[in-house]
Amino acid sequence: MGKFFSNLAASPMFAFYVTAALFIILFGAGSIAFEGFFSLQVFLNLFIDNAPLIIVTCGITFAILSGGGGIDLSVGSVVAISCMTLAYLMRDTTLSPYICMVIVLLIGIAVGLLNGILIAYFKLQPFIVTLGTMFLCRGLTAIISRESVAINNAEYSDLAFMSFEFGDYFISLGAVIALIVVVICTLVLRYTSFGRGVYAVGGNEQSARLMGLRVDFIRVMVYVISGFCSALGGITFSWIMLSGYAQHALGMEMDAVASSVIGGTQLMGGVAFIPGTLLGVMIQGTILTIISFEGTLSAWWTKIVIGILLCIFIVMQALVTEHRNKLMSLKAESTGKKDKKAAKA
Amino acid sequence: MDMLKKFSHSSLALPLAALALLLLFNAIFVEDFFVIQVMDNGNLYGRPIDILYRASSLIILALGMTFVLATGGVDISVGAVVAISAATCCVLLGGDVSGIPEHPFFVAIIAALLVGVIAGIWNGTLVAKFKIQAMVATLILMTAGRGIAQLMTDGQIITVYYRPFSYIGGNIPGVMLPTAMIIAFLMVCLVIFLDRKTSLGLMIQSVGINPTASRYAGVKVTAVLFAVYIFSGFCAGTAGLIEGSLIRAADANNAGLNMEMDAILSATLGGTLMVGGRYYIGGTIIGAITIQTLTTTMYAIGVSADALPAVKAIVILLIIIIQSERFKTMFREWRLKSAGNKAAKEASNG
Repeated sequence: MGKFFSNLAASPMFAFYVTAALFIILFGAGSIAFEGFFSLQVFLNLFIDNAPLIIVTCGITFAILSGGGGIDLSVGSVVAISCMTLAYLMRDTTLSPYICMVIVLLIGIAVGLLNGILIAYFKLQPFIVTLGTMFLCRGLTAIISRESVAINNAEYSDLAFMSFEFGDYFISLGAVIALIVVVICTLVLRYTSFGRGVYAVGGNEQSARLMGLRVDFIRVMVYVISGFCSALGGITFSWIMLSGYAQHALGMEMDAVASSVIGGTQLMGGVAFIPGTLLGVMIQGTILTIISFEGTLSAWWTKIVIGILLCIFIVMQALVTEHRNKLMSLKAESTGKKDKKAAKA
Repeated sequence: MDMLKKFSHSSLALPLAALALLLLFNAIFVEDFFVIQVMDNGNLYGRPIDILYRASSLIILALGMTFVLATGGVDISVGAVVAISAATCCVLLGGDVSGIPEHPFFVAIIAALLVGVIAGIWNGTLVAKFKIQAMVATLILMTAGRGIAQLMTDGQIITVYYRPFSYIGGNIPGVMLPTAMIIAFLMVCLVIFLDRKTSLGLMIQSVGINPTASRYAGVKVTAVLFAVYIFSGFCAGTAGLIEGSLIRAADANNAGLNMEMDAILSATLGGTLMVGGRYYIGGTIIGAITIQTLTTTMYAIGVSADALPAVKAIVILLIIIIQSERFKTMFREWRLKSAGNKAAKEASNG
């Protein structure tokens, strides 16, 4: 029994199991406490309400995974500039909404490219660089318009209100896109040479370089992916808000980092599992849902609860890593002894 | 010439040059920039004073941050700690309109500073004892901190009518300089004393370069890490008092918003490395003043408050690119090449 737990804790999926268990416990607690909580629609609403955060978190996970202090603080401001650009283009030009969306995605890629080049080729700190682009995008958003700009385009609103119904339940287009992004990211990380390269670079940059991986190229690409996901998240965010505003998605980068960490991503890089980060976002969403069902609790409790959860997960990760290292050294010792015996014989 | 060469190679050259350039810009384009007047009530008034005054809390935060960065860590919770500290002080003084405080003023001040220290102990425990990466460890308090501050103020903005409270952010009657400037100056003196006259600076640097080697060399790594996070928390507590006093209220949502970012930027602009092992107190102070000068300049030439981040970002990105090793090599290669061309031309002429 003890050995079973020891092996479980050492397995790379341990963080995912804990996150999944926590999500089930939270959702179960909500279902027991409140009438009408336990329904498929409440569950689907988690995806509908958090679609932007899910997409953004997938992107930021790539950046964190690539290691070397990798992080992308610019995601929230890219979401804001995406919404603002969409609103501005549809108000002042006659461009088709689809072309506007392509332009927005290109902006996201451009910001990611800037981040990546500064980080990979100029060897600058990801924290400082993306902090700079965060301020840059926020400022540019405000330069486009200081006031909130509403989106009135009929064709675009149709997209925003589009929903897929099955039986009594429905799911929005944004949520479907979020799920597709989750699936694609998972597959890319698991089954493509690029995805494995990201893990390798995050695990040990030196070894990755010696293995012949194009480390700098991978570094740039993860930030491009993060920028693209932020812009895509921005589009889904605009479907919820139907407006552009300089203060949209303020602090979203920290929500995304927190979700990613709760989902089992290690900020040192090299360890991440995209379905886990999806659960990380959904845990945050469940807490918010519980608070709104409760009605008397104030919104700041969300922050405190998420802080506590973060704390638990981070301490757990530290302990698990220590446990795993201990197991590894034990294993190395025993094989070393065996080798010696074999040599003697 | 030799001195100039030596200076241009020193770490302070770039931050100082950036600041000088900004001041030059101001001297040309902003009228009466350097004029300092004595107001009727005896206070000094003028843009240079204003810049130093507004930069005070940033300088204090950046001092704490510099030591943390020097150990290879980072403390992104300081903005939230500023909010908690301001909330503590305001809650203890109470929002009574008659201006009578609920608790004595000194109790409120000590409590606010103590809250900062407690936050530092919390961060220090996670980083030094549990060996958690600094950014993750301080992310916890950053996320929860504003929630805690809102919990204390019950989601309200508490306005304090007690007069002496405004002295911290303003002027003590009869003193020419703003109190915040004096506090910042005292903190700078304290830090320079610690840095120069004790071995603390050396130990911090050695922990930043290689914690394992430092431990073998007899440095108490855990104690040093604890000390820097507690000091950072203390600085955040002090800055919280100033920020709260400036608006005479506890605003849990906006007090110290994004200040952790500005503090990290100040230190980085001053040449402190985020990977640890290298720090410059002087550079940090100049960095903080540069950021505030940039802000004031932009306001003076009429850039709106919302657009300011974009300008700030471009300047900062340029400065860090210029500071990067790659840029320096590129610059050196370019110089060698142009020198080579010149020599070739001279040779062909001769």
